[in-house]
Amino acid sequence: MVETFLFVLLIFMIVGSIIAIETKNLLSSVISCGIVGAAVSISFLMLGAPDIAITQVVVEILILVILIRATIMIDNTAIEAHWDTFAVVSSLIFFGLFLVFAFLAVQELPPFGSPLMRVSKEYLQTGLQKTGAANVVTAIILDFRGYDTLGEATVLFVSILGSFVLLRRRGRKRRTEADTEKVGILSEEEIREDFGDLRE
Amino acid sequence: MKPELISSDSPKGMTPIVKTVVRFAMGIVFMFGWYIILYGHLTPGGGFAGGTILACGYVLLTLAFGKEVSLGKMSDKAASIIDNSAAFLFVTTAIVGIGFGCFFLNFPPHGKPFDLVSAGVIPFYNIIIGLKVTSSLFAIFLALSIFGRFVSKLVEEAEEEE
Repeated sequence: MVETFLFVLLIFMIVGSIIAIETKNLLSSVISCGIVGAAVSISFLMLGAPDIAITQVVVEILILVILIRATIMIDNTAIEAHWDTFAVVSSLIFFGLFLVFAFLAVQELPPFGSPLMRVSKEYLQTGLQKTGAANVVTAIILDFRGYDTLGEATVLFVSILGSFVLLRRRGRKRRTEADTEKVGILSEEEIREDFGDLRE
Repeated sequence: MKPELISSDSPKGMTPIVKTVVRFAMGIVFMFGWYIILYGHLTPGGGFAGGTILACGYVLLTLAFGKEVSLGKMSDKAASIIDNSAAFLFVTTAIVGIGFGCFFLNFPPHGKPFDLVSAGVIPFYNIIIGLKVTSSLFAIFLALSIFGRFVSKLVEEAEEEE
């Protein structure tokens, strides 16, 4: 039953991604990306992982809002399709290679629904006594696997730092004559000043 | 915060319908986010999910009432200060574990399972990560949508006045 539902969700996701790539309007493309996020969240819920499902759906909502608010409203240009033979042939070749190696790798995986329980058996059996946390997922990510969470926090920290540095409108130094190149997201008035009215 | 900023008659932000709904929903959104963070060691959720819900609440405030309301609650400078200090506290708590044995040791007494105050240092980690994720995701939203539109304009106006 769960497997059938997962297959339906996977087909749903593939159709959504194809629409997101092929559609001309950026807004519809962003909304079609939301299909993938919603379907991934439902699949996590079906597989019995409510922690990941909550995180996935909330992050997806925030990302959609940020994408629509921050990118679409500034740069709403329609993308024109053009045929690129080299890109199509090379991506087909790499897709074929991926299929071959994925087939070989999937042969080695344990069957669906019966995972290898080497480390996780230990965690599930002794997690409550060792950490005292009733939610075993939190016990694993914050106690047994604290290093991983530290790495995640570092990735988040560094990405925020990088986006602040890249997106700030002006640096600490005064702008000099040689430093006239504009950096960051321009306002609508500045875009109109620099490039003319894009909507015409 | 000035009360006229969140009134339905305020010219900034969205329509009065959206503002009324957001005024009712705002408390529930923030309460749910803090519930997910504080009960992270008992029920599904945790610092990351709850922090993202709180960040969504701030984004909702920004979209519905305009930037003054959400910047009055958490400015971009406050967001970066909270982000930095939460990251610092996270590593500090992990290093304090060395004094009791090893890095990332769960050193306080664990308490009774299924209690709100239990599991030693895990709820503290959850709160820290929740604050960090809230401030950093809201800072990303500010950086992508407000930098270069409002802040730079304000700076230029201030410089022209000088």
